[in-house]
Amino acid sequence: MKRRVVVTGLGALTPLGNSVHESWENAVAGKSGIGPITKFDSSAYKTRIAGEIKNFDPLQYVSKQEVRRYDDFILYALAAAEMAMADAKLTITSEFSERTGVIVGSAIGGLATLEDEFKSLLEGGPRKISPFAVPAILANLAAGHVSIRFGAKGPINCAVTACASGTSAIGDAYKTIAYGDADVMLTGGTEAAVTPLAVGGFGSMRALSVKNDEPQRASRPFDRDRDGFIIGEGCGIVVLEELSFALNRGAHIYAELAGYGCTSDAYHMAAPPPGHEGAARSMKLAIQDAGLKPEDIDYINAHGTSTPLNDLYETQAIKSLFGEHAQKLMVSSTKSMTGHMLGGTGGAEAIFAVKAIQEGIIPPTVNLDHPGEECDLDYVPKVARQKAINAAMSNTFGFGGVNAVLLFKKCIP
Amino acid sequence: MTLEEKVIQIVMEQLDVTREECALEASFINDLGADSLDIVELLMEMEEAFDIEIADEELEKIATIQDVVDFLRQKGVQ
Repeated sequence: MKRRVVVTGLGALTPLGNSVHESWENAVAGKSGIGPITKFDSSAYKTRIAGEIKNFDPLQYVSKQEVRRYDDFILYALAAAEMAMADAKLTITSEFSERTGVIVGSAIGGLATLEDEFKSLLEGGPRKISPFAVPAILANLAAGHVSIRFGAKGPINCAVTACASGTSAIGDAYKTIAYGDADVMLTGGTEAAVTPLAVGGFGSMRALSVKNDEPQRASRPFDRDRDGFIIGEGCGIVVLEELSFALNRGAHIYAELAGYGCTSDAYHMAAPPPGHEGAARSMKLAIQDAGLKPEDIDYINAHGTSTPLNDLYETQAIKSLFGEHAQKLMVSSTKSMTGHMLGGTGGAEAIFAVKAIQEGIIPPTVNLDHPGEECDLDYVPKVARQKAINAAMSNTFGFGGVNAVLLFKKCIP
Repeated sequence: MTLEEKVIQIVMEQLDVTREECALEASFINDLGADSLDIVELLMEMEEAFDIEIADEELEKIATIQDVVDFLRQKGVQ
């Protein structure tokens, strides 16, 4: 018998704000967090815009020394985890520290550090490589530092499934609790890859938008004029607890994490197949896992990257699975405002899905002026919608053919 | 600024410690909370600041602020 898992704490840093509250308010207001790249000189790049974290003061969360030694993807995870733990009003004690685990995903880990240290190597030789280079680059060190900070001694892992990393992490954390290996999990995704290699590399794949002249209009999921995604950075961390554990300590419960679906396309390293059958299957598995029917789903926080292929094929997948109900459910892409936070996206978007249930507000898909061909679902265009909902899913798909879907619903203990 | 003072300034910055903690006989590990990686980074910073090279065998002998100062003097740093 699977144990029930609930969400009791939320923490996030996104291009829309340095907290869950600020990110959510700005998402509901339909604001864009996209602007010119400031992290490096991007003048030689085809894409010169991104969704960066703005005005973040890491010293609120860590020491000066840590700021110097940790890559941003680790600092973001520590900040978001701190926020999530404070939100959950949870302090890990020796009574349950061994039953508390951490899974934080990241697509690329400390890429900025890797690039800087490689430059030091080329310019000064091996003696110039910092002893803190390797632990700043390793993708699992976000989870490592979170576990150290809070004294979580249970299962630890890091999901590295490209743009699905945050979702894979939360899905695996959910299973860790559901199958009895832990009672509490800190989990989510983090990324800080607005760097020359990532912007240049995704650009070289022709995956990024080149609408440099209108940054806030560039991410336009499901729109006729979409031309690629906007790279973003950010982090979302949630606290998951086994239901009775949460009830016993009188925790505030946001929602139940009721289902997780994961499938592989086994098709192509970067492109989804027409119809995106694997995506449909992962949504179906999440719904089955939750013991629900497709008609029970009210809202999907879509992967919706603003690339020509993803948005069309994700729409096709939703239609193939939901049939007539596809026209009734709401589907929106918050990437229209945040850009694509890569491994951080699954964490942040899980939080948006949870907030939609909690607040009864569906964040919009902004910049949807002219729906693209075959993109004919209710994408909640331009303006947030007030509507009480019961069940919401968060879709994320990653290079390598990963499809990961979380299903949240109102918790009735 | 004396050589001692220069070294102490770098130690304060690198190890995030106060001037009061930086007695000349202070041990990096026992008194200033450093681990082996901190010491490697600290000495890389010394190499940079004083334009010298510290070989691994020498690095192992350095445990206190005084050790660094002595080593630098030995290398001809004023």
